Amino acid sequence: MSHWLRQHWQTFVLTLKRLARNPVATLLNVTVIGIALALPLGGYMLLQNLGSVAQRVAATPQISLFLAPEADKSDIDALAARLKQLPGVRALRFISRKQALEELKQSENLSDVIATLQTNPLPDAFVLETVGGSAALEALEAQLKALPKVAHVQIDSAWVKRLELLLQLGRTAVLILATLLACALVAVTFNTIRLQILTQKDEIEVGKLIGATDAFIRRPFFHLGALQGALGGLAALGIVYLCMHILNRGILELSRLYGSEFRLSFFDASDCFALLAFAATLGWLGAYMSVSRHLSAIEPR
Amino acid sequence: MISFSQVRKSYRGGHEALCELSFKVEDGELVFITGRSGAGKSTLLKLIPAIERPTSGTVLVNGQNIGSMRRAAIPYLRRNLGLIFQDQKLLYDRSVFDNVMLPLAFTGHAYKEAARRARAALDKVGLLAREKTNPITLSGGEQQRLCIARAVVNRPSILLADEPTASLDSTSAAEVVEMFRDFNQVGVTVLIATHDEALVQRLKPRVLALAQGRLEP
Repeated sequence: MSHWLRQHWQTFVLTLKRLARNPVATLLNVTVIGIALALPLGGYMLLQNLGSVAQRVAATPQISLFLAPEADKSDIDALAARLKQLPGVRALRFISRKQALEELKQSENLSDVIATLQTNPLPDAFVLETVGGSAALEALEAQLKALPKVAHVQIDSAWVKRLELLLQLGRTAVLILATLLACALVAVTFNTIRLQILTQKDEIEVGKLIGATDAFIRRPFFHLGALQGALGGLAALGIVYLCMHILNRGILELSRLYGSEFRLSFFDASDCFALLAFAATLGWLGAYMSVSRHLSAIEPR
Repeated sequence: MISFSQVRKSYRGGHEALCELSFKVEDGELVFITGRSGAGKSTLLKLIPAIERPTSGTVLVNGQNIGSMRRAAIPYLRRNLGLIFQDQKLLYDRSVFDNVMLPLAFTGHAYKEAARRARAALDKVGLLAREKTNPITLSGGEQQRLCIARAVVNRPSILLADEPTASLDSTSAAEVVEMFRDFNQVGVTVLIATHDEALVQRLKPRVLALAQGRLEP
């Protein structure tokens, strides 16, 4: 065991030295892999962020219930009593037409328009916070529509459903992109290892002649492929992190206009680790394919 | 012990390098293989570490049959042999010391132990002072001595040398041959292929004379 570990450690150190000896080539390879991985990774990050927003909104779907203009105080009280008894209604808030107009006056863009109005065109409304899934929500909507003095029922989270579908589409697109660029990573590694085998042709031949096992000869190439993949993954994380920072300045400004502190958040540690492991595995795979193809061609004579 | 019996080696295209070759080399012997170029000396030496396989007949090295040996077993056979090649096969991208360290990397020695052995081998061939230099800066005789150091660092029981004195002046050649004699005296079996008649005349060793792939009587 310690013999096996020592050989791997020695190989790892040797591989690092080799990478350091050709800094330009290493940097170029790592950049290519990094950019290739950064594209789907960035897409994935955006989707993850949008998904969490959609989930937060979808978890507490709101229903706005607009009353008919002729509804009076007693109608409203009766309706409030009915609504409280309905299953699926968690909380209830009444917004009178006066209150609604006051709120509109607060927003600076509309205050001029509202000042020109002679009568209040707004209806009284209830805002219901509901529980349950989308099926329960639809049943509730039908029930509410049947109630007397109800003019209009609006599920405020309908757009969330559309967003969910859109996100689903986005995820598929990212998956396709990721698959394609994973193939690119394997191809880049394949070629790097091929060149490395060619430069070390003499060493491989001498090694075979004086008693190196095939496993010993292959090992540094596997290390090189995996390490290059992992470095590429690290570069991709760096690129996405940097882009996120640049974007966040604009996003925060924008979301403050909507009274929110929304900004993009980065992957957690386990996601980062998974990406590095994935990139290293792809690098290893490329090295494996290249070594199987090219190493047997070097046979001492 | 090395034993050839009825060994034939023919290459694709019908060229017959060795035919009906039978001989034995006991442990601790010093044997010269002579003959003109093309006589089959190199082919004979390549059969022992399984660089080539016999077309027919049996090659036994320390009891192992080379003809039927599995590919995966070959590295372990070669670790017990010291090989000195006609074209030297030194690596010029690393120091003299690292060239000698190479065979020890496969066997998984701890660095300290490996370095100690490598320096001992370099000391034996008189190159310890040059350990940090690149082999390209060494003279022909020194390069050949470096090959010997690399071949013996794993303490093999058999040394095989293909034309070790071919490119050397007579003084360097004599030095190199003396080294082989020294290793032979501590019990290492040594096989040297050469066409240097003067060398053979001087040492009077056991000689296997090859001509057109056959042993001359």
